[in-house]
Parts: sequence; structure tokens; C-alpha cells
Amino acid sequence: MSRFEIVKWSKHIGSLVVVAICSSLWGASDTDWELEPMKPDLRDKDSLQRGLGLYVNFCLGCHSLQYRRYERTAKDLGDIPKDLMLENVIFTGQPIGDYMKSSMSKEDAKNWFGVAPPDLTMVTRVRSPKWVYNFLKAFYMDDTRPFGVNNKVFPSVGMPHVLLPIQGIPEENCFGYEAVDLLELEAILREKKLEGILTRTDREAEVEPLDRVEGREPNCPELRTIPESGLYTVEQFDQAAYDLANFLHYMGDPSREIRMSMGGYVIGFLVILTIFAYFLKREYWKDVPKSPPRVRTEHTSEL
Amino acid sequence: MDDTNPSSVTRRYLLIATSAVTTVGAAGAAIPFARSWTPSEKAKALGAPIEVDITKLQPGEILKPAPEWRGRGIIVVYRTPEAIKRLEEENRKLADPMSKRSEQPTYAKNPTRSIRPEIGVYLSQCTHLGCVPKYYGEAKPEQFDARWKGGFFCPCHGSKFDLAGRVEKNLPAPLNLEVPVHQFENEAILHVGIDTGEFDE
Amino acid sequence: MSESLENRGFVARSMTWINERFPWTPTMEKHASKYYAPKNFNVWYVFGVLAFVVLIIQLVTGLFLTMNYVPTAEGAFGSIEYAMHEVDLGWLIRYAHSTGASAFFVVIYLHMFRGFAYGSYRKPRELIWLIGMGIYLVLMAEGFFGYLLPWGNMSYWGAQVIVSLVGAVPIVGANLAEWVRGDFVLSGITLNRFFALHVFALPGVLVVLVFVHMVALHHVGSNNPDGIEIKDKKDEKGVPLDGIPFHPYYTVHDFFAVMVFLILFCAVMFFAPEMFGYFIEKPNFEIANPIATPDHIAPVWYYTPFYAMLRAVTFPLFGLDAKFWGLVVMAGAILIPVALPWLDKSPVKSIRYKGRISKFMLGMLVVSFIVLGYLGTIPPSGFGTATAQIATLVYFSYFLLMPWYTQREKTKPVPERVTGGH
Repeated sequence: MSRFEIVKWSKHIGSLVVVAICSSLWGASDTDWELEPMKPDLRDKDSLQRGLGLYVNFCLGCHSLQYRRYERTAKDLGDIPKDLMLENVIFTGQPIGDYMKSSMSKEDAKNWFGVAPPDLTMVTRVRSPKWVYNFLKAFYMDDTRPFGVNNKVFPSVGMPHVLLPIQGIPEENCFGYEAVDLLELEAILREKKLEGILTRTDREAEVEPLDRVEGREPNCPELRTIPESGLYTVEQFDQAAYDLANFLHYMGDPSREIRMSMGGYVIGFLVILTIFAYFLKREYWKDVPKSPPRVRTEHTSEL
Repeated sequence: MDDTNPSSVTRRYLLIATSAVTTVGAAGAAIPFARSWTPSEKAKALGAPIEVDITKLQPGEILKPAPEWRGRGIIVVYRTPEAIKRLEEENRKLADPMSKRSEQPTYAKNPTRSIRPEIGVYLSQCTHLGCVPKYYGEAKPEQFDARWKGGFFCPCHGSKFDLAGRVEKNLPAPLNLEVPVHQFENEAILHVGIDTGEFDE
Repeated sequence: MSESLENRGFVARSMTWINERFPWTPTMEKHASKYYAPKNFNVWYVFGVLAFVVLIIQLVTGLFLTMNYVPTAEGAFGSIEYAMHEVDLGWLIRYAHSTGASAFFVVIYLHMFRGFAYGSYRKPRELIWLIGMGIYLVLMAEGFFGYLLPWGNMSYWGAQVIVSLVGAVPIVGANLAEWVRGDFVLSGITLNRFFALHVFALPGVLVVLVFVHMVALHHVGSNNPDGIEIKDKKDEKGVPLDGIPFHPYYTVHDFFAVMVFLILFCAVMFFAPEMFGYFIEKPNFEIANPIATPDHIAPVWYYTPFYAMLRAVTFPLFGLDAKFWGLVVMAGAILIPVALPWLDKSPVKSIRYKGRISKFMLGMLVVSFIVLGYLGTIPPSGFGTATAQIATLVYFSYFLLMPWYTQREKTKPVPERVTGGH
């Protein structure tokens, strides 16, 4: 019986821990769009270099990396030669020692987008590499938005889908509408039918007409890209999104790799020192006579 | 501790060993602080080598405005053939004609103190107290020297340098103008602050 | 051989020379080699030394951070990132300081718990306790001012919320908040004065208080897990029978403890400096934005128990609004341990010999503190608020009921001489 209780309790504690961990990730996503896993790999210099290439071609026009210099980036990403950087990476004519700043002025940015596009040096620390990866893959066509696109991970996103030429045209893949109570649905449908509101559009051709209810959100759990509409295949585009997220992961915390390796040495050294300290303490404390052990007595009364 | 105690020997060795490792650790802990004082990426970028376009430089003139490197002006002077000839002759008035004590890279340790005889590259900073010497390129009598042969004159304390930046004797400045490390990428481009040797024949 | 004798002669002569002019040897004896500490200290007795170590870490890393920091609204965020990205090993110094801030509170809370458990605040150590509470308050202020300095978005909004709290004071509140900010909103002006307080005024006060804390401690002598006075039983030379010289016994002992602590410290600093958003919160990697609040504002973990209590007060009372009473409850919760020496009426000091109610109440205090700390990190909810209200009551009842339950309960007999230990 007591064993049962322990199991019960350990379950509770387990769920508490899970809650604690989840809550620490609170704010990782603005929606319930399910994020695909993404594991950054800073040792994959090819991926980081591709990410740099993609970034300067598609992102740097608007989003600065204003705390980072080209030169340091080139060095960290596997000693990219200066000539290569000047020809293929630095389009603004800046010297290689300059910060990676967008050439767009703040005023222009405000006029075009309403707000200045944020600096992305530390975007993966504010969000996460996983978020960036999923964000890049979550654009879809939406005529109601000013730039004609929306984003599943960042709804009402205020920027165009700059990767569209390589990804192709991404669209929502809808399956009917969000489930509602059947009885309620029937009642509503009957009413609406009488009023003749039910309509269909071509894009939702395969949607059951019965599901079309005013006020219900369409159920679109996936996105798909119109085949052959972009330069890259789906796999190539996934890789591109990965490379960009991986590159930004590097950007957010450039000291990560050195930090990890240095940490190993420092802790190793401290462990050795601790061993010495332990034996020194034990040696000195041989002098100290032991006290009698604690005697556990019952509670008697006030002294 | 009691010296007759058998454990006192162990104790002493342990103490010495622990102290030694601790000292290493303390020195290690000081490294980040010491290293944080070295020039940062920003300082290095600001102090990075510069590229100077010398196509517009005419014989007998210096490059204007003076290019700046690590917060100091650079004199780039284009000497005429007559001036070069003069540099090779007149040595008696100079304090350090062969640049034995002065600061320059080995490739500038010659009478013209330059890689190419016609083009001299010097720090625009008097070796006395750091004033900026003024350029008087022509060989004609000047207010400060009736027999002036062309060169640089420091307005602060009157030091005189010839067109190779060599200082005259018995004047406040002790040494010739410093020559920064530099190289020519080609006829048109001069690099100051770097000498990789990659553009040499 | 003769050389070493001569050497010793030189050292001895130098010491005499110094001691004639400065009380070096007497000071060392008073505070180390002839300072007798109880021999039965357990692991709870290392946190004072660890707090001292963290203080040193914070002073040194803080000093070096100021060498790159720019205390203006325009420059602050960029200057921290400059230190992180461009100064050689600047990231290490910054992470040491941010990890040190949390480590400081970890060891201080454990140090305070030791005092709660073993009655270290009881006569004759009331002043040590009061000075210690002063250190704790200064530390909280120091942490608060320091948290604004990176000028990240969480810095900004955290400070904004706390400064607004001042506005809850009746009548003068609004003017007071304005006075603290020096502006109509939290701005570079506020940042500038917080910077001055954080790097100059408060560290100075802290160092002085720590010094006074130790002077008082060495005057009355340390308590121990049995809560008995070792000075009551002395040998013919006046040395406490259960005392051992602090040096070398506790110096080697604490040196070992410090090393273990540094291993843990470095593990966090090198491998998880953000501590999953608990030590450095995610929105703080974004520059302060006065027109966009982060989705969820939570103070750093070491303030969350009190923040949860602040939020737990949701009802007005006596014609004053809930915001004001929240402030009162929060301030009360922070300050109430000051009264402990006079609330505890038990005939014994240590929890070892106190009664069952004391043990239960101490356990509940810890539970309520942890629950409140957790609730303070998550967004408010109905269930959360109700839990926080109960936990707040539990927290306060530990203190307010103490005069009653410590007198009423049965205690255990206290031994004559110290027990347990190494």
C-alpha cells in the first residue's frame, strides 16, 4: 500500500517537474502551431557558411547584425578568405572590419514596414533556433495581409516572404472547418441554408459544403508548396531554413563553443584542486577529537 | 603543529601541493581580466590596415588630405628626381643619416627611407613631442632656414626634417620620423599598417 | 640550514617591526588562529563563507564590467553586447557576474535558513541577525538596480513594474515614483542614477555591513547546530572545550567547501549561463522597448516569492486599494524576519531540540517559500492566486504564531556539550 502511494507521489512530482520545465519555455511560440524539432550544429561549418550566404542575400537588406563584424564572422565560420568575403558577402562596400549593418535607413524602414525591422543578432536567444527554423517554413499566401502573406508561427507578421523565390508558393492545406458540436452545427446549417449564405471558393473545392459555417475558422493543419513554383525542392528549402537558423544560433552566442571547451578544462582543474583540498582537510581534522553522536530523545517537556 | 607527529610530514607535503595548485588556479582566474584589457575587436577594426589611393599624387607634393591610421596622420610624399638626388648627397647636417637609431621597417632602412625611392611614407608626428610637422617641399629660402632644401618643419619647437623624414642635428627632435609598416599593392594602391610581402616580386 | 635560520630570523624581525606599528599578529590571532569555533559545524555552516566568496566575485567582475559599460539609454544595451561579442573573454566576465547574482541569493537564502533552523538570531546574536538582514535588504536593492543596467526589455519592464509599485503609496505615491525615475517614464535618466547606486553606493554599504557582521560575530562567537554556547565550558587556559581554532581547521574545511561551490558555479557559468531563462531571461536579449511589454513579465527567480505575495493581494481593504496592500504584504514579508529574535520564545535555540510544531512550521515555511517562488515565475491564474494566498498565510503564520507555539510545545533536553559533527 505504501508502495502505491510512493508511486502516486512520484508521478505528481514528475508532472510538477514537467510543468516547471514547460513554463520556463513559456513564450517560445505565439501560437499552437506545432514546431518541428531542430537541432543546431555549430561544428557544421558548411551549414553555417550557407546560412551566412542566405542571410546576406535575403535578410541583411533589412535586418542588421549590428553587434557583429564581417571579419570575425569570417574567422569563426572556418577562416573564409577576405577576397571571398568582399566578393560574395559584403554587398555594401563596407570594409571587412565593419559591423554587419543593413543599408536601409531607419526612416525608410518605418515608412515601408511601419516599424524598423529588428536587429537579429540575438534572435535565437530571444526565441530559439527551433522557432526561427519553423518561422521560416511557416509563411503562406494570404490576400488579407498587406504583403500578401501570413505566418503560422508569427501570425500577422509585418514582412514579406523574402524566401518565396527559392521556396515557391506556399499555401494552406485545409481540411474542412474546426469541429463543432454536431447538434449545434445542424441547427446553424439549417438556418444558414434558408438564408442562402453557403458559398464555396475554388480553393476549398474538396471541402465538404456542410462544414462551411460563418464564424468558424477553417481547419488548416498543414502548409504545402505549389510544386515547381520555386528554385528549391522542399528538401532543399528545409535545408536552407535549417542553415539560416543554425547561422543565427551561432550569431546569438559566438562564444558558445569556446565556452564549452574552456568550461571542461576549468572544471577539470577545479576537481583536482578539490581532491587536494579534501585530503588536506581530512589530514588536519585528525587532530580534532570526535564529539559524542547525537542522541535522539523523545520530546519531554519544557526545561 | 607538533613535529613529532608522524602525520606532520604528510601534512606539510599536502599543504605545499595544495598551495601550488591554488596558485596556478589564482593565476588562471586572473587571465580573463588581463585578456579583457587587450585591444578588442572594435579597437582592432579601427586600427586595421588602411588602403590609400595614390593615383592623384603629383611629384613634389604630399597626399592631401592626409590619410589617417590608428588616430595619426600619414605623410605620403612624392619626391622629384632632383630631390632624391639631394637625399643621397647631403648627409653632414643630419643627426641620424643612416637611420641607425630611428624606427622603420628594414625595407625602409636606406637613404630615402622608403620602398620606392620616389614615394616616402612617414608618420605625421614629430619625434620630439608629437606635433604635426608641416610640409615645405620646395628647395628655396624659408623664414626658418635661408638654405632650405625641402622637407618638413615642426612649428612647435622648430625641428627640421628632410624629404626622407631625417632630422637635422642640434634640434629638439632626437630621431627621424617614424616609418609605419606599409606595402604597395600596385602602382595605385598603398597599404598602411600591413606588410605581408604578398605583392613583392 | 644556516640560511634557513637566517631567513627565519629575517621574517621574525620583519614581523616584530610590523607589529610595533600595526596590530597584525594580534588581529590574525583574534580572528583566525585563536578564534575558537564550535567543532560540530555541519554543511549548513559553509554558506557564510560562500557568500563572502561570491561578494568578491561580484566586486571584481563588476569592476571589469564597468570598464566597457556605457550608462546611457542609447549605449547601455550595445555596450553589454560589445563586451559579449568583441572584448576578449568579455563574455566570461559578464556571465560570471550574472551567474554570481543568482549564486549570491542561493547562498544567502541557505545561510538565512541555517539561522532560522538553529536559532542563530537568539540572544546574544540579535545584532548579528539585524546586520545580516541589513545586508539582505541592500543585496535586494543591489540586484534590482543592477538588473536595469543591461537595458534589455525585461530589465526595462521589470524596473517599470517595481518603480510603479512606489506609486501605490497613498497620497505621495505618484510624486514619489516620478522622483525615483527622475522622469515621467523610466528613461536614461533613471538608468544613470541606478548605475551610480549599483556600482558605487550600495557595494560600499554592503562591504561595510559585511565587515560589521563579522566583527559582531567574532565578538560573541559562533552558534552551532546544537544551539548551545561553547563559551560556557572552558579549560584552565580559557579555551572553550568544544572549540577549535578557526585557522587552520576551518580554513582548510571551508577551502574545500569553496572548491565544491566553485565547481557548481563554473558548471552553470560555462554550460548554462542563462539557466534556462531563470538567471538571464529571454526578453533581455532584446533592447528595451518602452512601447512593447514582453508577453509575460516575471522578476528574476530570487524575487519571485515576494512578487507572488504582491500579486496574491487582490482585494481592497479599509478604503485603500489592493495595489497598496500588495505593497504592504510584500514589504512585510521581506522585513518580518527582522523581528525573529523577539518572536522566538522557545527555551531552546536549535530546531534539533524544539518541539514538533516548530519543526512542522519551519517545514511549511520552506514549502510555502518554494511554492510562492514558483508561482511568481508563471503568469497569474485563478488557481495560482488562491494557492499564493494560502502560501502567504502559511509564510506569515510561521512568524506571527511563533510566540505562541514556541512557548506551548514540548522540547527535548539540550546536551551539555556539542554533539555530532565531522
